[in-house]
Amino acid sequence: MVAGPPRAAGLQGQAHRVRAAWLFLLPTLAVLAAVAGWPLLRTVALGFTDARLSDLGAARWVGLDDFAIVLSDPDWWRSVGNTLVFTSVSVSLELVLGMAIALVLDARFAGRGALRAAVLIPWAVPTVVSAQLWRWMYNDTFGVVNDLLTRLGLIDRPIAWLADDRTALAAVIATDVWKATPFMSLLLLAGLQTIPRELYESASVDGAGGLRRFVAITLPLLRPAIAVALIFRTLDALRVFDLIYVMTSNARSTATMSVYARQQLIDFQDAGVGSAACFLIFLVIGLVSVGYIAVLRPGFAAGGR
Amino acid sequence: MRASLPHRALFGLAAAALLLFLLFPVYWAVVTSLKSGSALFAVDYLPPRPVWGNYVAVFAEQAFGRNIVNSVIVASTTVAVALALGLFAAYALSRVTFRGRRLLLYCILGVSMFPQIAVLTGMFELINRLGLYDRPLGLSLSYLIFTLPFTVWVLTAFMRELPVELEDAARVDGAGPFTVVVRIFLPLMGPALATSGLLAFIVAWNEFLFALTFTLTNRGRTVPVAIALISGASEHELPWGRIMAASVIVTLPLVILALACQRRIVAGLTAGSVRG
Repeated sequence: MVAGPPRAAGLQGQAHRVRAAWLFLLPTLAVLAAVAGWPLLRTVALGFTDARLSDLGAARWVGLDDFAIVLSDPDWWRSVGNTLVFTSVSVSLELVLGMAIALVLDARFAGRGALRAAVLIPWAVPTVVSAQLWRWMYNDTFGVVNDLLTRLGLIDRPIAWLADDRTALAAVIATDVWKATPFMSLLLLAGLQTIPRELYESASVDGAGGLRRFVAITLPLLRPAIAVALIFRTLDALRVFDLIYVMTSNARSTATMSVYARQQLIDFQDAGVGSAACFLIFLVIGLVSVGYIAVLRPGFAAGGR
Repeated sequence: MRASLPHRALFGLAAAALLLFLLFPVYWAVVTSLKSGSALFAVDYLPPRPVWGNYVAVFAEQAFGRNIVNSVIVASTTVAVALALGLFAAYALSRVTFRGRRLLLYCILGVSMFPQIAVLTGMFELINRLGLYDRPLGLSLSYLIFTLPFTVWVLTAFMRELPVELEDAARVDGAGPFTVVVRIFLPLMGPALATSGLLAFIVAWNEFLFALTFTLTNRGRTVPVAIALISGASEHELPWGRIMAASVIVTLPLVILALACQRRIVAGLTAGSVRG
């Protein structure tokens, strides 16, 4: 930047900066292309072949056969149903409970610091650990859940929570709620803390009660935070694998889409059908996210700037 | 306090119930890990006589030490690479205006959101071809799919907040963009790097789907896989005491870390998600 009038030097500087920017982005983009783009393309491509996992090179093109196999498999549709029930029930419970916890944590009281710290604990427990932990608590003969419920007189004989088709999914959902609600409440609490206190004070002066203040002030102002929390939790829940796999293995009553796809791919070594299922999951989750973001867009776009 | 006494009592009760709900499962894991033999099969809410046998057995009767080393290697290498690449990418995305920047940002965000299962076959093939099956390095590489977009996103969000004037003085002195990043931004990004590194480390430490699929033996197995696969003679004879001891061993550092860095974690979670 030695020669030329200042304006030209500025333009030249800008071009130089843009070149540097692309250079800085290059390693990141190359890595993402290698570990995300390429594997995604290969998975989609293998979904149109008869590949076996042990010999992916010997794959032959079979058109849409694998997709036909998946879409006519009742187990696939069962897993889609399980995933949708798991997602909608756990995310709604987490939203309601998370909101309640966030409101408690936002209030001023002795011991608030301790409670805020305690909220982080289920979040910090690894998912596999929380799955094993709850599996043990649900144990039919030695589990603490049955013991507590018997002592309280709510059940008269022990229930095999995870083995019984009628209770397994609910039991797994309860575990997810325990683990994920804290995350939800922390996001909502961060949103709550941006609401100016004076708004509540003037509403109180005007005679608005607690519920009215919540509906008229808190909810509308919290909309962006709620939208973001919902999007994140929903996308997380739709792809759930570890919790389900550790608690109930490949059992049909709880298997989600991810469990189904991995079973085809690894346990049955069927890379064609497994990859087709992986791609279908990708489409389902993609569609849900696009729909979600379209509905909740105002809050989301503002956050993303 | 203007709130009435019954009101406050009710609030206190709710807070206590919440505390119990949050902490009881973890307490129960600790209690179980300190029981052995027949004590495991009696529901005692206080451990009768704490015994440490399960903690010894975890290391003596299986390769849990090896699993911990693997987890540390996998999580720290993937985070180190993600931070190094992410710092420069974040500078480009937050401080330089160029065509397609917004699109790139959304692409990176998209990668961080898309389900790991969608790439499972292709990733399996990639890791096999590179000869990294059942090796920690294979997991470090595959984990970049979520650690890298996450760190880029959080670091971009942080870097945007720094004042524009920062670079002007350096640019007048003729410093190039590389020097600007290393000399000016790196020292200021300490807290942001710590926050995003910590969160990415925790996610990598806990990852299960890839770790289960791309490893076969203890040569490559990480802690979550080891804990999920601890088994006894049959499905009905799982060594619960040992499973809980292993669980406590890997959870305790995370809980301490979470409590020590409480503020940082909450800030990172909200920065990573409110902006993403």
